[in-house]
Amino acid sequence: MSNLRSLTFDAIIIGGGGSGLRAALELAKSGKKTAVLSKVFPTRSHTVSAQGGITCAIASSDPDDDWRWHMYDTVKGGDYIADQDASEYMCSEGPKAVFELEHMGLPFSRFDNGRIYQRPFGGQSKNFGEGGQAARTCAAADRTGHALLHTLYQNNLKNNTTFLNEWYAVDLVKNAEGDVVGCIAMCIETGEVVHVKSKATVLATGGAGRIYASTTNALINTGDGIGMALRAGFPMQDMEMWQFHPTGIYGAGTLVTEGCRGEGGYLINKDGERFMERYAPNAKDLAGRDVVARSMVMEILEGRGCGENGDHVFLKLDHLGEEVLGKRLPGIVELSKTFAHVDPAKDPIPVVPTCHYMMGGIPTNIHGQAITQDESGKDHIVNGLYACGEAACVSVHGANRLGGNSLLDLVVFGRAAGMFIEGALNEGIEYLDASESDVEFAMKRITRWNESEGGESIPALKAELQDIMQTSFGVFREEKNMQEGVKKLEELRSRIANAHLPDKSNAFNTARVEALELDNLMEVAEATAIAALERKESRGAHSRYDYPDRDDVNWLKHSLYFPMSKELKKRDVNFKPKTVDTFEPKVRTY
Amino acid sequence: MSNLQVSIYRYNPETDSAPYMQEFQVDTKGRDVMVLDVLHMMKEQDSGLAFRRSCREGVCGSDGMNMNGKNGLACITPLSEVVKGNKLTLRPLPGLPVIRDMVVDMGLFYKQYERIQPYLQNDTPVPAIERLQSPEERDKLDGLYECILCACCSTSCPSFWWNPDKFVGPAGLLQSYRFLADSRDTATSERLTDLEDPFSVFRCRGIMNCVAVCPKGLNPTRAIGKIREMLLADAT
Repeated sequence: MSNLRSLTFDAIIIGGGGSGLRAALELAKSGKKTAVLSKVFPTRSHTVSAQGGITCAIASSDPDDDWRWHMYDTVKGGDYIADQDASEYMCSEGPKAVFELEHMGLPFSRFDNGRIYQRPFGGQSKNFGEGGQAARTCAAADRTGHALLHTLYQNNLKNNTTFLNEWYAVDLVKNAEGDVVGCIAMCIETGEVVHVKSKATVLATGGAGRIYASTTNALINTGDGIGMALRAGFPMQDMEMWQFHPTGIYGAGTLVTEGCRGEGGYLINKDGERFMERYAPNAKDLAGRDVVARSMVMEILEGRGCGENGDHVFLKLDHLGEEVLGKRLPGIVELSKTFAHVDPAKDPIPVVPTCHYMMGGIPTNIHGQAITQDESGKDHIVNGLYACGEAACVSVHGANRLGGNSLLDLVVFGRAAGMFIEGALNEGIEYLDASESDVEFAMKRITRWNESEGGESIPALKAELQDIMQTSFGVFREEKNMQEGVKKLEELRSRIANAHLPDKSNAFNTARVEALELDNLMEVAEATAIAALERKESRGAHSRYDYPDRDDVNWLKHSLYFPMSKELKKRDVNFKPKTVDTFEPKVRTY
Repeated sequence: MSNLQVSIYRYNPETDSAPYMQEFQVDTKGRDVMVLDVLHMMKEQDSGLAFRRSCREGVCGSDGMNMNGKNGLACITPLSEVVKGNKLTLRPLPGLPVIRDMVVDMGLFYKQYERIQPYLQNDTPVPAIERLQSPEERDKLDGLYECILCACCSTSCPSFWWNPDKFVGPAGLLQSYRFLADSRDTATSERLTDLEDPFSVFRCRGIMNCVAVCPKGLNPTRAIGKIREMLLADAT
């Protein structure tokens, strides 16, 4: 251990996407010794792929818009297990956070009056569901994530944030009292492994869509922070809740924004029927994503799918005209030509529901502080550990996230975590140092790979894992199939524990990174599988043939997965917003 | 269907005294896949092969490389677009130091980006809502803000190869103009002053390799022309 170099920071932020960069910006401005540690150069993070926009009641398209309406939509969209205090915070703080982005230079599209352009998105309403469709999603054409991520990176440069780019965080380091006091990290370029000491460790590592064979997610979305936290023994919340985006390009998985339907596009089956009119008579193609995805699968299962195998449907955009497509959806035109060989101005795009977003994650409060639960079911803060963005479960998305709410989540809670950590550092944080054996414990995994002498290959095991998840934990779920999935994953875990890293070199060894990522995929997959099997109801994105109804008596709760015992417990949902009345659970229709 | 013949640049600083080209046979099953898919198939044959990739849809800018002599993104380049006579030659982006295989050290490229102060500067009081900008003013940013920093342009530019430390290069200058063109930015004269020397902008010889290779269809040469005009107008 004595040869392990150490780096010391007040706060280390793991992940250079939207939430990590927003947290970092806050801390850089405060002058705290902060670093962002990212496995890719920050603008290569998955936030860059977000298209349609950032949903927020800035009252631009409708001067009477109200953040409470946005909050209502969010809570309803989440099928009532979104925490209402957190949703209240996000929707009410949102405008401030969005205006800040604009002041930083984000090139939003504009209305004629010079204000930020907003488009309709799924699940949006005026007047608490009574006033019809709202247009609340602020957009920079269909490249909002790109514009947002670059703007945040640029402003971090302006504020001299320290970046450890192309560094990979391996595992958390805990002291004897169970506080998180840093992490083990590897410089990818040199292979050097260091001990990063920090008073605040922020997991901003994003999602893990790569547990599925078909996903809109970047190749880097391997749930690294979730894996690290689970190995350190911390619980995960609502991991059964995975969003399948209605419109992934058939065969390629690349995302086609919901903004297409916001701008007037719609889905058709093989008969050319606009089938969403049957499933959601009011909102139609702009119902919640879970509703639209399920309707598409029903169409396909009932023999009305398109194509030779009848295994997808079409997204029709040609009626919008080239001008609207060129102005509002230029990126989609590009993507469809490249990945579907279709010009949407002429022909419909073949699409299919595709894994898109992890609603679950590390349970946190609105300050980003990670939460665990004791034997009696009482919440406790985990000292030193924070999470924000997709890796966190605050929870503002509940059982189904609304389109445009992820970018808002990133900036609102990245900012909130940064502000809170600044305050905590000012008050003074003292944790026990990690001992040599604590550090050694966190080194176990990378040491195992480095000493592996034979065993199965990493890409093959990864493909198997993705297959299991795709087969047993997709849009529709059922007990027997899930039980088989859980069993297969158990077996896969022991095989991965004996897998082989053939390349032991140090310089930019991407095989080693992929080995470490595979461990994380395994952790996320198992947490997802067990939570999905145990939640015996259908709610939001979690849809079971054997339990087709929502069960508010038993399951108006968060699920909490404990990695050591592999048990699923329950945690109360917050129904106590501070400034508005509680939104009571109702039957969810669109 | 015969296998695709791929010749790829290899260099591992720990084991190789010099770089070399390695031949691979890849069975694409006759499908018109992307170059990135071919790289993944090669990595299954040799896990030691190093290359960067992330979004696999042409928006993150990780996998810029030289494919049969032309820079582009591996993830959105189908074989039918580059392969000639069933042969594909892959090399790292030219002109930057190689770390390993297809992975180059982008340090100089990023340094030139940082040099132009790539962030909005506005010294007027911050309003309670957004700063207003007309659609026409906003239109001026189209074709500029979409840059993904893949470095395909700068590493295809002979002027950048020659003076990577002094010539900002097409990517950096495109970004520079993105802020010069932004109606919300108030640092125009400072930005121009910073570019006045003979190298930063004026090393551009209008060769237009940058335009030919940009995977996002952007036109750095035009942006550089606009900066020149502003500099000349400023000087008179």
